[in-house]
Amino acid sequence: MSTDHEVEGTRRDFLYIATSAVGAVGVAAAAWPFIDQMNPDATVRALSSVEVDTGPIEEGQSIIIKWRGNPVILRHRTAKEIEESKAVTMADLPDPDARNANAPDGADASDINRVVDGKEKMLVMIGVCTHLGCVPIGDAGEFDGWFCPCHGSHYDTAGRIRKGPAPENLPVPPYKYIDDSKIVIG
Amino acid sequence: MSGHSNYEFKNPVVNWLDTRLPIFSLMKGQAMDFPSPKNLNYWWTFGGILATMLVVQLISGIVLAMHYTPHTSMAFDSVEHIMRDVNYGWLIRYMHANGASMFFVAVYIHIFRGLYYGSYKEPREVLWMLGVFIFIVMMATAFMGYVLPWGQMSFWGAKVITNLFSAVPYVGDYIVTLLWGGFSVDNPTLNRFFSLHYLLPFVLAALVFLHIWALHVPGNGNPTGVEVKSGADTIPFHPYYTMKDLFAIVVFLMVMAAFLFFAPNYMGHADNYIPANPLVTPAHIVPEWYFLPFYAILRSIPDKLFGVIAMFSSLLILLVLPWLDSSRVRSGKYRPIFKQLFWVFVLDCLVLGVVGGNPAEGHWLIIGRIATAYYFLHFIILLPLIGLLERPKPLPASISEDVLADSDTKNS
Repeated sequence: MSTDHEVEGTRRDFLYIATSAVGAVGVAAAAWPFIDQMNPDATVRALSSVEVDTGPIEEGQSIIIKWRGNPVILRHRTAKEIEESKAVTMADLPDPDARNANAPDGADASDINRVVDGKEKMLVMIGVCTHLGCVPIGDAGEFDGWFCPCHGSHYDTAGRIRKGPAPENLPVPPYKYIDDSKIVIG
Repeated sequence: MSGHSNYEFKNPVVNWLDTRLPIFSLMKGQAMDFPSPKNLNYWWTFGGILATMLVVQLISGIVLAMHYTPHTSMAFDSVEHIMRDVNYGWLIRYMHANGASMFFVAVYIHIFRGLYYGSYKEPREVLWMLGVFIFIVMMATAFMGYVLPWGQMSFWGAKVITNLFSAVPYVGDYIVTLLWGGFSVDNPTLNRFFSLHYLLPFVLAALVFLHIWALHVPGNGNPTGVEVKSGADTIPFHPYYTMKDLFAIVVFLMVMAAFLFFAPNYMGHADNYIPANPLVTPAHIVPEWYFLPFYAILRSIPDKLFGVIAMFSSLLILLVLPWLDSSRVRSGKYRPIFKQLFWVFVLDCLVLGVVGGNPAEGHWLIIGRIATAYYFLHFIILLPLIGLLERPKPLPASISEDVLADSDTKNS
């Protein structure tokens, strides 16, 4: 017996481990409410959808609306901007993913995957730089798109990252057209 | 801290209490009779200055909290209310804002003092590491405090700094949402920052207690780096260092008063007097001056994740400093090569600060990258190496001998 419990541990060891394990689970269970209370509450989550009419936005004009506390950029792109965007090859993009909540997973960042097919002129995206969260300035930067003043990220006319520290394209929020010009974001 | 006291107090009430709770013995032993090296210079007064600043910040902060409203629609106005309506509100708020800056002035001098005189070396590693933790908690406290007025710099500073955590692979976005309590910096964020900004100074006070405790085990270091060898090397803390510290504190507070009364916004940003607007980022956002060197390191790395890692590493590397410096000679005074490299390092940190305050473009980007590389080079390559290569000057046999040698040369 004495050799046995040196190798396999005694019943007392088992009790120690079992007690500690139950204690650890208990502590974790008790801690969770105190961590989760920091997550978005019901009132914050309730504000998660907004309706916008894109009709009044003229060609070459952008508007910014607020959705979930963040700016959403709606840009009525000019034909030239769309041309520039389509001319870009995937190899030139630091982030080849569409980052479009409405596109299927793994869709590439081609111009068409950044917008709604048939509504290519209207670009809708969250105006939060994917580097550290500033709002990029429109009609600026080396790619005629957006430029983030905080740390110098350049986005092109489809809101794709082209140069600078930002790792990802500006994300396209979930949205859909409810008639010819009105969209619902969220 | 425990055990029976050897002190006998003349006052019977004091004696009665002391035999039940030896608080008077503790004060007498640790704050009055405490044997301190007799050669401490003015760089050693910054510990006392820092303790004073913590008290100034606690008192002014508790008062401000009585008039401030932590809500996005009222915070900015409540700060203006403090400035215009509350009796002496302007004084107390400017004291708190400039106090934060002066707190950092003192802590940077205190840290560089430690770097020059090798205060981090055996047996004071834990003392040093506690100091690094204090510094980090101080930075967190200052950052959250700056968010509370809810101006443009408050908001965008909060957004950029919390977004640092989005660089964490896979769970980054969840961490950021958890920190914000929403999908952007908003009212829940302001509320929790207020709560934590009130809590952390007390955590600081507890850490300072441990820091002083760890100091009182080996006792003070000193400019020679030679440990105390006999009673002849020491003088009691009171009155010698209580008076020296007090004098330095008064001079320091005079400098602070100069800012407070004549240039109260010099160390702030004009943009923070514009109420927060979540839809417009100011053209040039910069953190408070005391974060600039770290901000420069963040921006000098072109990759988001590695930029964040570099920034946190630049702080955390201080934790392992006692094991990076290979020299057994403590004080920089006797280390000819180290002494020069120390000043190069100070210059490097100042350059990083200037770079952090300028846009990350053109030559600033290049200077920032070189300065960042040198920052890490200093710790990882130079410190381990020069300890092996340099020939230190001869150390004095004792503190007393050094002090007497100094006075001999001055008299002759």
